[in-house]
Amino acid sequence: EGKKTGIISYGAGNIFSLTAALERQNIPFGMIYSPEEFDQYDRYIIPGVGHAGAAMQKLEESRMIEKIKSTSKPVLGICVGMQLLTDFSEEGNAHLLSIAPLRTRHFDETLQIKVPHTGWNKVCSQFENELFNDIKDGTYFYFVHSYFIEFNPTFTLAFADYGVKFSAALKKNNFYGVQFHPEKSGEAGEKILKNFSEL
Amino acid sequence: GGLAKRIIPCLDVKDGRTVKGVNFVDLRDAGDPVELAWQYSQQGADELVFLDITATHERRKTMVELVKAVARQVNIPFTIGGGINEIADADILLNAGADKISINSAAVRSPELVNELANAFGKQFVVVAVDTKNINGKNLVHLNGGRIPTDIETKKWIKEVEERGAGEILLTSMDHDGTKGGFDNTLLKKINDSISIPLIASGGAGSEQHFIDVFKLTNVDAALAASVFHYGEILIPDLKAKLKKENIEVRF
Repeated sequence: EGKKTGIISYGAGNIFSLTAALERQNIPFGMIYSPEEFDQYDRYIIPGVGHAGAAMQKLEESRMIEKIKSTSKPVLGICVGMQLLTDFSEEGNAHLLSIAPLRTRHFDETLQIKVPHTGWNKVCSQFENELFNDIKDGTYFYFVHSYFIEFNPTFTLAFADYGVKFSAALKKNNFYGVQFHPEKSGEAGEKILKNFSEL
Repeated sequence: GGLAKRIIPCLDVKDGRTVKGVNFVDLRDAGDPVELAWQYSQQGADELVFLDITATHERRKTMVELVKAVARQVNIPFTIGGGINEIADADILLNAGADKISINSAAVRSPELVNELANAFGKQFVVVAVDTKNINGKNLVHLNGGRIPTDIETKKWIKEVEERGAGEILLTSMDHDGTKGGFDNTLLKKINDSISIPLIASGGAGSEQHFIDVFKLTNVDAALAASVFHYGEILIPDLKAKLKKENIEVRF
C-alpha cells in the first residue's frame, strides 16, 4: 500500500489527462470533493486550467482553502493550480492563496512574443531539488498559458525563458508548483509526477 | 530562445480508425489511431492532430471513445478536429482529455462560436483551422476540405478569429496540400507576421528541407504533415536532427 495522492476537485477544468498519467505511473490517487476528505491522503495535487480568478472562487465555494493553507503535507499545484499559490493574479485582478509572496502576471505585449505561450519550452533548474530528481537540466516541458509567475531567487525552483525569465517551478516549504503540464510533457513530465508521489 | 518549434503528425480518423495507410514497422494494427499516436509520441512528435471525418450519427460517440483512449495512453498534447459545432461538443471532448479542439467550417458559419468557446474554456483550447486557396491572386477561405469557396479573404479572417479569441491558427494551403512541393512560405510569412498567437503551417510537406524552409523563412511555431510521416518517407528523429543542425530549436 503506497502513499496516496488526493486530487483537489473543485470544478476547475478537465483532469482526465492528469488521472491517466497517474494511472500510467501506478501512482495511487483519489478525488477530494470536500474538506472532510483531506485526512485520508498523504499529499495533494491542485490541478487547474482556465481563469485564475474563477478558479479561486470555485476553491472558496468548495470550502477547501483552510485545509490547503494549513497542511504540512506535500502539495503540487499544476498550471493555474500553481498560480493559486501566489498572492495575486492580474487575471481578473484576483487575490489568491498567498502561500508564496509572488505575483502572477500577464505576458507583456511589448515583449513581442506570441501569447498564449504554447509548446515545449526548455526548463533550467535553479536549485538541486527533489521534484526534478533524475531530470536533466534543460529538459523541455509542455506549456500552455497566458499568465506567468515572476522569477524569484528564493522560491523559483526551475525557470524558463520566454521573452522574460519566469518560474517554471516553485517551492515554498511543503508547497510545490509547476507552470507546465507534467501530464502532457512526455516521460520527463511523468517523472515529475513520480518524484512528487515519492516525497 | 527556449521554445521549440513543434512537429505535428496529423491523423485522419473515420469511424474510430485511421484512414490513410501507414507502413510503420512493428505496428500490430496500422489502423488503430491510439497505437499510431503512441508510436508517434515515442518517435518524438511534439503534438498530434486527429481529424475526424466520420459522417455517421454515431460520430460523437466514437470520437469521445477515441479521445479517452488516446488521453489514457499518450503523454503528449493532442487536438481534435471535425464535426465540432457547438459548446456541448467541445465540452465533451475536453472532459474526455482533449487538449485543444479545432474548428473550421463551423467558425465561418457562426463566428461567435469562437468567442463562446474561448470564454467557456480559455483561448488555449481553441484552434481555428483555415483552408485557403488562391483565386485570381486573392487568398480566399474555403470550406469542406477546400471544396467550397467563400469570398472571405484569408488574412482578414485570421485577424478576425484572433480578435474573437482563437488561441492558435492551423493554416492549410490547398494549393500546396498534396503536392509535396513545400509549404506556402509566402502566405505563411505574411500571416505569421500579422498575428500574435501561434501559427501551425500545413500543406505541402514533401522533404526534410521543406520543414527547414518553413521555419527559417516564415518563423511559424509548428509544422504539420500527414502522409510523409505515415508512409515513413520522413522519420521524426531524423527530421529533428536535421532541424537542430540548421540551428532551429527542437525538442529531443
